[in-house]
Parts: sequence; structure tokens; C-alpha cells
Amino acid sequence: MASNTDISEHQRSARRRLRIIAGHLQRSEQDGAAALSAQECKAETPRPSAAKGTAVPKRRQEIMKWNGWGYSDSRFLFNKKGQAEFTGRRYRLSGLILPSLKDWFEGTFGANLQHKTPATASLSVSAVPPPNLNELLVEELKAAGVALSSNPEDRVFRSHGHCLHEIFALREGRIGRIPDMVVWPSCHDDVVKIVELASKHNVCLIPYGGGTSVSSALECPPEETRSIVSIDTSQMNRILWIDEKNLTAHVEAGIIGQDLERQLNESGYCTGHEPDSMEFSTLGGWVATRASGMKKNIYGNIEDLVVHIKMATPRGVIEKSCQGPRMSTGPDIHHFILGSEGTLGVVTEVTMKIRPIPEYQKYGSIVFPNFQQGVACLREVAKQRCAPASIRLMDNEQFQFGHALKPQVSSIFTSFLDGLKKFYITKFKGFDPHHLCVATLLFEGDREKVLQHEKQVYDIAAKFGGLAAGEDNGQRGYMLTFVIAYLRDLGMDYYVIGESFETSVPWDRVLDLCRNVKERIVRECKDRGVQFPPLSTCRVTQTYDAGACVYFYFAFNYRGLSEPIHVYEQVEHAAREEILANGGSLSHHHGVGKLRKEWMRESVSSVGLGMLKAVKDYVDPNNIFGNRNLL
Amino acid sequence: MDRVLRAHALKPENFFDVLEERRRGSDISHALRTFSAQVPPVPVSALNRMVQESQYLHYVISEIAAETGEPYECVKDEATSILEEMSQNLQLSFIRLMAFALTKVFKRLFSSIRVNEDGLARLQQAIQEHPVILVPNHRSYIDFLVLSYIMFTYDLSVPVIAAGIPLMGMSLVGEVLRRSGAFFIRRAIGSDKLYWAVLSEYVRTIVRTGFAPLEFFVEGLRSRTLKSLKPKLGMMQMVLEPFFKGEVYDITLVPISISYDRVLEESLLAHELLGVPKPSETTRGLLKARRVLEENYGCMHVYFGNPVSVRELAEGRIQRGQYNLIPRDLPLKLSANLQEFVGDVAHLVVHLQERGSVLSPWSLMALILLQNPDDLDWNVFIQKTLRLRTLASQLGAQIDWPAQLSDLEVMSSSMALHHAVVQSENGRVRLVEKEGPGPITQEEAVLRRASSVLMCASYRNQALHVFTRPALVAAAMAMAPSHSKEDVFGRFRFLQDLLANEFIFIPGHTVQDFEEGCSGLLRCGALSIQDHALSVIGEAQDTVVFLSGILKPFIETYQVVLEVLGKETFQTFTEKRFVPDIRAATVKLILSGEVRSYECISSDTLKNALSALVRMEAASKCQVADQIEYRVNQNVLRRIRDTLDGSVASEVPLYSRL
Ligand SMILES: Cc1cc2nc3c(=O)[nH]c(=O)nc-3n(C[C@H](O)[C@H](O)[C@H](O)COP(=O)(O)OP(=O)(O)OC[C@H]3O[C@@H](n4cnc5c(N)ncnc54)[C@H](O)[C@@H]3O)c2cc1C
Repeated sequence: MASNTDISEHQRSARRRLRIIAGHLQRSEQDGAAALSAQECKAETPRPSAAKGTAVPKRRQEIMKWNGWGYSDSRFLFNKKGQAEFTGRRYRLSGLILPSLKDWFEGTFGANLQHKTPATASLSVSAVPPPNLNELLVEELKAAGVALSSNPEDRVFRSHGHCLHEIFALREGRIGRIPDMVVWPSCHDDVVKIVELASKHNVCLIPYGGGTSVSSALECPPEETRSIVSIDTSQMNRILWIDEKNLTAHVEAGIIGQDLERQLNESGYCTGHEPDSMEFSTLGGWVATRASGMKKNIYGNIEDLVVHIKMATPRGVIEKSCQGPRMSTGPDIHHFILGSEGTLGVVTEVTMKIRPIPEYQKYGSIVFPNFQQGVACLREVAKQRCAPASIRLMDNEQFQFGHALKPQVSSIFTSFLDGLKKFYITKFKGFDPHHLCVATLLFEGDREKVLQHEKQVYDIAAKFGGLAAGEDNGQRGYMLTFVIAYLRDLGMDYYVIGESFETSVPWDRVLDLCRNVKERIVRECKDRGVQFPPLSTCRVTQTYDAGACVYFYFAFNYRGLSEPIHVYEQVEHAAREEILANGGSLSHHHGVGKLRKEWMRESVSSVGLGMLKAVKDYVDPNNIFGNRNLL
Repeated sequence: MDRVLRAHALKPENFFDVLEERRRGSDISHALRTFSAQVPPVPVSALNRMVQESQYLHYVISEIAAETGEPYECVKDEATSILEEMSQNLQLSFIRLMAFALTKVFKRLFSSIRVNEDGLARLQQAIQEHPVILVPNHRSYIDFLVLSYIMFTYDLSVPVIAAGIPLMGMSLVGEVLRRSGAFFIRRAIGSDKLYWAVLSEYVRTIVRTGFAPLEFFVEGLRSRTLKSLKPKLGMMQMVLEPFFKGEVYDITLVPISISYDRVLEESLLAHELLGVPKPSETTRGLLKARRVLEENYGCMHVYFGNPVSVRELAEGRIQRGQYNLIPRDLPLKLSANLQEFVGDVAHLVVHLQERGSVLSPWSLMALILLQNPDDLDWNVFIQKTLRLRTLASQLGAQIDWPAQLSDLEVMSSSMALHHAVVQSENGRVRLVEKEGPGPITQEEAVLRRASSVLMCASYRNQALHVFTRPALVAAAMAMAPSHSKEDVFGRFRFLQDLLANEFIFIPGHTVQDFEEGCSGLLRCGALSIQDHALSVIGEAQDTVVFLSGILKPFIETYQVVLEVLGKETFQTFTEKRFVPDIRAATVKLILSGEVRSYECISSDTLKNALSALVRMEAASKCQVADQIEYRVNQNVLRRIRDTLDGSVASEVPLYSRL
């Protein structure tokens, strides 16, 4: 055990992980689009660190899929031999063969490699409706030197997030209401200008960060008749300053997670905010959706991390006058902004907490005889307030799934099950492979404390029948986090559609909720003619004092269904009803968007909804920020 | 609920005799064979520990300790001893022993025990999915033994059973039953807070953990009249709570209809109804009942109904989210909406039990006999019974009329089985009256006669539910000022209201019941409906008269009660005196020839009548000293009487709901 706890090795491995996250991107080429007119920002904000090589170019389609997840060069496919592989060179899994995936895929979904449903290869420009431009606005924006474009690809790219129905439609080449124009402000003042002009010309604005929304938040309301302008914040991506005395950094809101971490790392710091979408999602997006990062146990969720927020609204700019760490000045105005989902204005700059890069990181994993025991252990860990940076508990189906992603070669990826089998006879006797479940752990801090902490957690686990199952298994789990998102596209090539969704729920209801929601999904699928039982699985991804965050995956084979997306939506709807009936929240971190807004009144009461409406009416009386999320 | 009722329309199913194989094979190897059903997921001891350590019980114990000032530990000890008194101790080895013994007994008692195997197949499926609640009707002490026996025989998880405390009192038997899965509940479970808490947590824990199928009698008691009883809601509530609180995904209710050609307790039935106290359930009592073993009880039918999904019933009616803002373990009263749901479900289950029950030829014969109590020509008897059989099947009854025998043979063998009740002599059929010692008074003679009538009536009662709704429509037509649908429905509603303790109707289903009654009459060609008016089809006049005649003994009893209570002397009376006094008055009326039906002195019907009057506010109940006293409201009483006699219009009917 002690052999691999060398500090510098661990620092290196932490860096390596961050590099993986960041991807090995070349600096993107100069933007070619004629319509773009990049300009220096005229603002007088101090700018010690200009935007360094960012992972996301203005023309995102150059490196990212227009109709699927992530980088164009990275995808799962079944090669000629029928083996699954993951292409590209960005991830640990890249270039590897995954021999068990096919069997798992066919066995789990009743799918067949002969039955393909390939996506439309490229965007047919003729399918894109012509833009409805507000010429006066265009003129004035150009005069103000704001970069803009009404190129069909640029517009389509910003017309969606990553909900199933959005991606499914794109794969079929169906384009609905999309923004009429994209603008790229390069600083706060640009945004102020854009908002002013949009108000003046009564144009609808939709802020666009990383485009990773999974709540239909980025979808253009079909009933919107005004010109719709997407504000792409990607060019507002600088760390404006770092305050080492107070450990804060002042950052432009368009910065994407991986850039933010990498750049802070260079100064020896991190934010520790790591949502699974951090390769692409932005600081502004996090604030706008109340995002949650994997390591929130140490660093907190986005609302704990922000110290100061600046937002440009049709009424003007909203911000606080100081950076006091806590204030009693009436309701916290930050909480009108956090979770506002682009309905009130554009978050332009954020001051957030930073921490020195932890000296030491250690992964871990625990096997439990069943999910109940696992949940009981997490509950105890939360009770003793000793949760590691991350602790996640997979149910048995997910455990099996993880096993299916085992690559052919590579030491770190030795199969969990093989590893288990080794001491199965001695140690894991009595563990039923169809019931056991796994928790993955990540500890961070100084070495001694981490080791102490680790022992404490493993001791608790032992009380619930949990056995330590090695660092590799833990690390593997976290590695897979970023590639799992690519899997849905593979499924969609073969009649399999799916989605994930989440909730938060008091501890005493975790098990009931998990069981009932999973079962509801299975039943609903059956009732709606889904031929093969769906994959319906969950994990507990966060622990709190009073409850937990639960994350569900749900996917099924839609062969034989005439309206798969409709069926899918009905099932997801039923699953959400089930969540609410079991005391779960409408959302822990994905937000409401348009997908879940029918339940808002029930969730926050009529008065609560009225309050939010009143704020909206005051801040944006003409509904310039007209994405119609939330309310 | 309507959807469920429609989905549960009865399809003909085949019945198989469980005993047949036993008569051929070895009893001991049946008892010892590998039993492949699911075993309880946790041991009995763990189950009890879960109950004891539950948060809910902790709350209740603290509450009681605070209220009474007793130390927490004392209350807790008390809870523990309640739990010990209550809990079952299901053991497979005991089940085997029981199976062995029961095979012997059953073979002796019954010519066959017939079960619908399709129902068992459905049950087996259900057991694999969600916690299953078996809800049989209750007609005999051996009901639950038979059920466990069948479950064992078919490799189904043996249930745990909520049984009455008196059974536990039988020293040895109590322990045997415990090990066969019975747990014991006191009669008045509602009044003792701690008792309720322990019991309800025990029941919920069984459901939550899916320990084993749970069996309970929703009617609460064994029906002395063999007629369905108004369901008791306590157990049903406990059983459903885990669903309300999201602790289980769904709960499956399986209504089970048990019907006997002849019940073991036959000789007790009439006595109980005439106020002769029954022997208490002691081991000695049971041993004395050895005589019972020497008799033949014919055939027994057990119909396992379609599993009912509580989730499906609750859809659109129940907000499980109502528990989102409170700890689910808090001892709180069920919300009104949930209580209503529990009541409806309980009634629904009784209704489904009725639908699933199999009529014996004898129950049809009994019906005919009671309509012709004095004596009856054999051939007429046969004819009438066969006509009734046709009518019953038109109305959807399952009848066990052996096809391989001639009608004469079927009826003769029924007569033979019931020789204690009915006899034929010189081609005439008549009820048998028990010979008693010495000369008797006129009053005693009435009671003797009544005892035969009531015994016979009990068997008729097993068939009543088939006819109730059409009969109510028929009776309503006879009372109504016109045959417009509105008027008939008004009377129907009045009668249903009045007789709601007599027959089981799902609350709020009056319209559906009325429609069902009408369509029954349409189906047997007795009725036509045109322009919102009902009319009796000429040649079917006697069918309608016959049907309304079925209700006559009940209506007559209610009329007698109304009559007697209308007298000065009955302005107020105590609960204790009610049955004896009314009975005495009624006996006089029978002797004077003013009342014809001997059923009018059944304590069961008299009590039902009283609670109907209280419900309809013709009498009010109050506690005076240590007595319960009733006060009659003459105005309301008169109005009810007049409506029943058909002389005034009942209050405006809510016909718009049709
Ligand atoms: C694979 C995957 C994994 C994910 N994992 C996580 C996770 O671990 N934790 C988590 O919290 N979420 C997660 N999400 C959801 C999503 O990443 C978050 O909601 C994220 O915060 C969105 O950021 P974004 O920059 O992509 O915003 P976008 O998707 O571009 O926009 C989201 C919403 O915010 C508004 N918005 C964006 N930027 C601004 C701004 N500057 N000012 C005002 N409004 C703005 C938009 O109008 C829109 O309504 C995941 C999504 C995917 C697809």
C-alpha cells in the first residue's frame, strides 16, 4: 500500500488527471468565418492573464460533434470484428478495444449489431430555416464591434443542449426553431451593450455557455416570433485576477471548467469544482443552473464557491458592493442569479474561492454485499461528517456495466470482477455477484490526513459489511466518468436511447426512492410496448447532512416502437412523478429548464412561483431573456 | 376502481381437487417433499427486532410514557410483551407436520377441495413481484388452515395470518398455529394506543420486508350468516400504509372466495343468531368437536381471485407526496382522503370475494325452500331450482353443478348432505325442526322453527350477492311512484342506503350498482328500458316478483323494527335490551300471524336494522352511565317507514349523477 503513496508521484498523477480532463488540444486555428469580427474588448478591467489556449474555439463544430456528445475525434464504435472500441487520443480509454461491451450491450438491451440506426452524416444547410434578423440590431452590433454570425452551422450548434430528444432530432436531421444569430461578446461591457441593444430593438436573447444543458434550457421557444440571438460566452474566458491573500479568483463567466482548472493549476491553485461536464460547461452556466461538482464535499457546490457575481440585465448590472464572506443584507441577491437559467440576464464575471492544489490524492473503492448496506454506510459517513472529496455508490446494474467497459489491455483497467474473483473465495464469500454493489472514493488533502481519513471511512464501511476493493477500481470509476457520456451516441446507432436524470432526497427515503423509481421505469416501459426490459439503474453520487443526491440512468431498445421519443418522454415523465411522490426534489443540479417546469408550482408553491415571477417582471419586463425556462 | 372492476370480470375457470392426488399418493411424502417456494428474507427473530427497534414504536412509546408518566422502559417492556403475545413463529418443519395431519383430516371431512389453478398461477406470479396480501372471506375456523395447506401443496410461500386472540387461548393449538404462521390480534384493536402501535408496526414490517404473504380477514369476524360482512378497516389500513408511504412499490391484494357445501360450524350458526351463546374457543371445545369429524361436509371451493394492484387503484386518487414534509415514522392519523381510500378498497375486496365465490346447488335450493317454507312438492322444487340456476348464471354466477350427474341426483345428494336441515317424505320437501325434550311453549316452538329457517337462510345467503342488485331494482320498482328511471333510482338509492349493512356495496358506487342491477334484469329478459323509463316485460313478471321476494325477509325485518320502535314504549331503550325486546315483540307478531318470516328474529338482521336507523338519523346513540342508550326520532322513523311502504316519495333523488 505504502509503495504508491509517494507525494510527488501523486501530485503528478493529479496533474495528469487534470491534463486528461483538459484534453490535448492544439490551440484552435484562427476563426475563418467571414461574418466574425473579433475585436479587443474596450473595457478597462485589469487583464493579467489573457485567454490562453482554450479548448473550445468559436466555431465549435470544428472539433465537436454537431449531433452528439463531445469531441468529433472521440467516439465509441463497433469495429469490423464486432468489437467495441473508443477512438481518438484524448482519454485513457482512447484507442482501446473493449471486448466485453458488445455482449453487455446485446444482452442488456436485446440489441443486435445488424440492426443499425445511423445518424445523418452532416448538417443539411437546406434544412435550416433562414434567419429572422433584426437588421437595425445587426447594424448597431457591428458598429459596436461585437463578433456575430448567422451561419447555419453556428446557429444550429447553439440551438440545443444534450437532452435525448434534442440529439435524436439532430441525428435525424430535423431542425426546429433555432437562434437567428450568434454573438460572441468578449467582455462584460460587450454584454452590457448587447443587452441594451436587444432591449432597444426588442430582440430575444439566450445566453449560451458550454451547451451542456440537460433540461431543454437552450431550446428556442417555438412560439417566439422575435429574432432570437444566442449569446455565446466562450470568448469571455479569462481569469482576470487571482487574490492570493483571500484565496479568490475573478474570472469571466465564459471560461470552461477544464481551462479554469488548468490555468489555476499553473499558479498552484484549483477551484475544486468538477461537474462531470467540466470539459465543456462554463462558469456562467454553473451559476445559471446551480451546478454541483463531484468534489463538493471539500469545495462546496457552486453556491458555496461564489463570492461575487456580476450580471448584466435589461434593468442594468446587478452586483454586490463588497466581497464580505457572508452578509445579512436581506435575502441574498446571489440567489436570484444562481439558478436563474438565463431568464434574467447574462452572468459576466464571477469571483470565486480557490484552494491550493491538494498535496495528495488517493482513490479507493468498497464492495458491499448489497445496495441497502451501501446506502447505510454512506448515511453513516454523512452522519460522522467524514465524507471524502467524492464518494459514489453504484447499484449492481451499474457495477455490471462498469465491468463491460473493461479494455483489453492496460493495468489500471484490470477488470473489477477479475480482481474480485482473485480473492472471491477467501474474502468475498457470501457476496452475490447479482446483488453486490460498489462505492468509489476519492480522498484529497495532506497525506497524513488522507490516510487517517481513509481509515475512518473503511472502518465505517466494515460495519456495514463493506470490504476495501482497491485503489485501481476507484480510479477506474472516476476515469470512466468522462467517457460514459459518449456511450449514448453508440446506443443511438443501434436502436438504443437513454438519458440520465437526478434528484436529491432525505436519507430515510433513499432506498425507497431508488427502488420505486427503477421499478416504475421498468413497468412504464413494459406498458408502453418496449419489447426488451430497459436498463434502469442508479447511483448515489453525493452525500449531505440531511440527504443524498441520486442519479439514474435509463435506456432501452426502441425497435418496434413507432414513436420512441414520445415513449421515452412519457417514461421519463412518469419517473419524475415517482420521484416527487417519494419525497425527491425536482432537481439536485440539472435544473428545471423547460423540461421540468410543469412541476415548478408544486415544487416551490404558488407564492414561491409568484416571487420568482415578480423578480422576472421587474428585472426583465419585456422578456428580453425569453428562453422561457423555469416559470 | 371502476377500471379494476371491469378488468376483473369473471372468466370461467377450471377447478381442480387438491385432495384427489392425496387420495392416491402418500401423505407423508407430500408433507416431506422438497418445498421450493420462496422462504422469508429474514428470520422471525430479526422481524421482531425490526419492530421493536422501529422509530415509529419509539415515538409512540415516548408519547405514552409522557402521557401516563410511566418510565419509558416500562412502556417499552409492555410493548415487547404485546409483541411476544402477538407474533407468529413460522417454521417450515411445522408446516410439514400440519400438512400431514391436515391431509388426514381434510380427506375425512371433504369429498373434495376444489381450487382454480389459474388463480394459483396468477398468485405465484404476484408473489415474485410485490408484497402479496391474501384476503379471504371468513366462513369457518378452518378457512386459514385450508389456505395454508393449498399454498404449501402448490409450492407457494406459506402465508402469515392475522388470527383472533381466542384461538391463541387454546394452549396447544395456539402454539401449533403460531408455528404455522398465525399471529394473534385482540378484538378491539383500535382503543389501546400501544397495542395498535405494536400491531400496526408488526403488520407494516411484514409487508415492507416482504416477509411472507400476509393473510387477513377483511370482514374481521367469521360470518355467522355466511353473508359478507361489512369490512373492518384497521388491518386494511395497516397493510396499505407502506404503499402510501412509498416503502414498497406496490401491494397486491388477492381476494379469495371460500365457499362450503356445508360448514363445520353449521349447528352453531342458528344458535348464535338466536342468542344462544357459542362455546368459547378452547381446546376442549375443539376436542368436543370431534363429533364434527364424523360427518361429511361435501365439497369446498376456493377461488383465488385476480390480483389487484393497489398502485393501480390509487392512481389519480392518492397523493403519496403528502408524506414529503413529515417523517414517515411519526404516529399520525391517516388523512381523510387516505381513510376513504382504505374503506373503498376494503369494500372492493369484499365485492370481488363475492364475485369469485362458487355457488353450490344447495345454496340455490335453500333460496327456493325459504320462499316456500311450509312444504314443497319435489318436482316443483326441482323445477324452481333449475329455473333459479338459469337465472343465476344469467346474472353471472359461478355455479358448481356437476355436469356428469342428473339434476335429480345433484339435488338428492345435496339433500342427503343437509339431512339435518331438510327432508323429503312422500314427494314433499320440508324443513326439519329439531326435536327437543318435553312439551314446549308456543314461543319456544317459534324459536325452534326459526332455528331451522335461519340455518337454511345461511346457505341461501351464500348466493344472495348474485341477486342483490337486480333484486333491489325490482323492489325499487315496486315501491316507486312511477317507473321513470329517476323514480326507480330514487327508491333504489333509498333501499341501498337502508340495507347497506346487510349487503356490501362499494361506497359512492350507487349509480354503477343501479346500472348493474338494470343490466342484470335486461340480461335475463325481465326488463326493457325506453325513453328513460323501465318496464317489466309481461311474461317475466314473475321473475321480477321472485327477485324482489329475495329481499323480502330483510325488508320485512326492517319493517318490523320500524313498527315496534314506532310504539310509545320504545322511545328510548338500551343497547342491551334492544335485541331481546324486539325479538319478544316479533315472536308475538309471528304468533298472531302478522309477521310471516321467521328470519325477523335473527339478531344479526335486527342489529343491522338498528345501525341503519342510526345512520339515517332515525335513532341516536348516547352513553348514559355505563349503558349505551338509543333515542328514537319519530319523524324520521315515520318517513322511512312510509317510504318503505311505498306511500310517500323519498327525498329528491340525485338522478343527475346517472
Ligand atoms: C455529460 C454531462 C454531465 C453533466 N454533469 C453535471 C454535473 O456533474 N453537475 C452539474 O451540475 N451539471 C452537470 N451537467 C449539466 C450541465 O453541465 C450543467 O447544467 C452546466 O452547469 C451547464 O453549463 P453550460 O455552461 O454548459 O451551460 P449551457 O448548457 O450553455 O446553459 C445552461 C443554462 O444556463 C444559461 N446560461 C449559460 N451561461 C450563462 C451565463 N453566462 N449567464 C446567464 N445564463 C447562462 C443558459 O441560458 C441555459 O439556460 C452535465 C451535463 C452533461 C451533458
